Amino acid sequence: MTDAVIEVDHVSKSFGGVVANHDVSLSVPKGRITGLIGPNGSGKTTLFNSIVGYHPIDAGSIKFKGREISDLNVPKIARLGLLRTFQQTRIYGKLDCMQNVLISIPHRNASWIDMFARHSREQQERAERLLEFVGLFAKRRLLAGSLSFGQQKLLEFAMALMNEPEVLMLDEPTAGINPTLINGLIDRLRRANTEFGITMFIIEHNMRVIMNMADSIYCLAHGELLAHGSPEQIQNDRRVIDAYLGAH
Amino acid sequence: MSQPLKLAALYGAIVAAGIAAPLVFPEYTFQLAVLWIMILFALTWDINGGQMGYNSLGNIFFFGAGMYICALTQVGLYYDIGEYTASSGEIKIDYTLAQYFNGLALGIVLAAIGCVALAVVFGRVVFGLRGPYFAIGTLGVALASAELMGTWGWVGAGGGISLPVYPGDPDQRALLYYFLCFAAAIATFAFLRWLYGTSFGLAVNAIRDDEEKAEAMGIHTTRYKTVAWAISGFFLGIVGAVFGNMTGFIEPLEVAFPTTTFGIFMVLMVLLGGKGTLWGPVIGAVLFHVLKEVTWTYLLGWQWIVLGALIIVNVIFFQQGIMGWMREKFPERFGLVVDRRTTISSQEDG
Repeated sequence: MTDAVIEVDHVSKSFGGVVANHDVSLSVPKGRITGLIGPNGSGKTTLFNSIVGYHPIDAGSIKFKGREISDLNVPKIARLGLLRTFQQTRIYGKLDCMQNVLISIPHRNASWIDMFARHSREQQERAERLLEFVGLFAKRRLLAGSLSFGQQKLLEFAMALMNEPEVLMLDEPTAGINPTLINGLIDRLRRANTEFGITMFIIEHNMRVIMNMADSIYCLAHGELLAHGSPEQIQNDRRVIDAYLGAH
Repeated sequence: MSQPLKLAALYGAIVAAGIAAPLVFPEYTFQLAVLWIMILFALTWDINGGQMGYNSLGNIFFFGAGMYICALTQVGLYYDIGEYTASSGEIKIDYTLAQYFNGLALGIVLAAIGCVALAVVFGRVVFGLRGPYFAIGTLGVALASAELMGTWGWVGAGGGISLPVYPGDPDQRALLYYFLCFAAAIATFAFLRWLYGTSFGLAVNAIRDDEEKAEAMGIHTTRYKTVAWAISGFFLGIVGAVFGNMTGFIEPLEVAFPTTTFGIFMVLMVLLGGKGTLWGPVIGAVLFHVLKEVTWTYLLGWQWIVLGALIIVNVIFFQQGIMGWMREKFPERFGLVVDRRTTISSQEDG
């Protein structure tokens, strides 16, 4: 596949005796939304961590836009334009929302002197627009730590957009968010994909969400790739259903 | 009065008081100079400990390093250092005023530069550590340097170094060093006030709140941490150089690397005033210094117990410090408000 931005090739990762990923290969096509599903403990987050350089992999290769990244560390990969959000939200609790978004500007070409720059008017306006986009504009001067869990997820999403990533890897974006807010979030994720052209790779347990959004879905089970296909194919795949329901 | 005017008046009053103080109370010049040093200690400790969340117990290292670099420059410029230290104070060099000031100026500059270089080198080592390990690691750097200087004969070992004698009036000398301390503290404050308004301030705050997230967002965390420590080193090196000359004699354990007094006071003053704020360290340092001087004068023999009690009360009941407490009490004063206008467009209308 030539239009793949992320290419995972025969990747394995073990923690002691636990094989978290075994010989996993997949690719994320540019400009699309790709889903990653699987029962708890099937190795989804491990795969995400491997891709963003959180830990070294045991075998295989991971390429971002054709460049091998499995030997790079987390900040370097992030600066290439491959960004991830966390399953448990991670925001800067003692900064206000506006500051959280402002410090998330891309650091791709940041030189030493940029450390001491002030945020420009354009950056401030962009941060305000993104906070409005996720519906947190009114709370922009509140400490991020005082927001609810769902609002923190939205803030984290705004921070990710501020970073202007090429690929956004979201680890369960709708977990812990109330059902009415989920629809709004799906809509915003879609718009981020279509309007900002951000490629998305999403781990999700909510089947309604992922089946609605993804162009194609990979399913992991016991650390191995079980199935790959369109949402319809995955929904009707016997092996996927068995994996989720625990049948053998 | 408007906000900026009030601030300008406040700064003006502080600077005026700083200039007038040694002239009005000449007998307290030394103590007042130490007060400015304490403020500088607290401000520089807070860059790492408060704003960045890296609690260093070894920042006193830069104080001592700056002191030694300056002293060796002052002596070495006009005499053989080994011979001078070997005589343990027997040799007295008569400096002309010009020689004295050349040595002092060059010494201060080299102390500042040297401490920045040391921060970069040691930063490579200690910034691999987190939390309590970082605290112990930095403490190790300070203690090891004291031991090293204490055994190194060329720099006077445990016997220390006598600094060049000021070739002039002693009252003038006292004023000179007072104003150097005053200028260093004011410069530190002004620099940090500017620094925390740039993206540097936000980045180190981000590292404090969640370093892993900061890394995942592509922030150059190692770069920020190193520069933050180097800034501390820069100002501590300068004030170390000045303090060495103020006391006139330096030795490793009590004067240059006093980890258990000045090294701990830095932390205490910031905890008292409020971590991670610009004014907290200043307020904490002033209160602490006054309290310390009062107990040393009127409760001699009990002074360490009073200090210990202060630490315990501070850490157990008042962790957020004075500024932190004010922020909790009056969040609106610190700009932490819900904006009732819900959109950008309505903001423009309003």
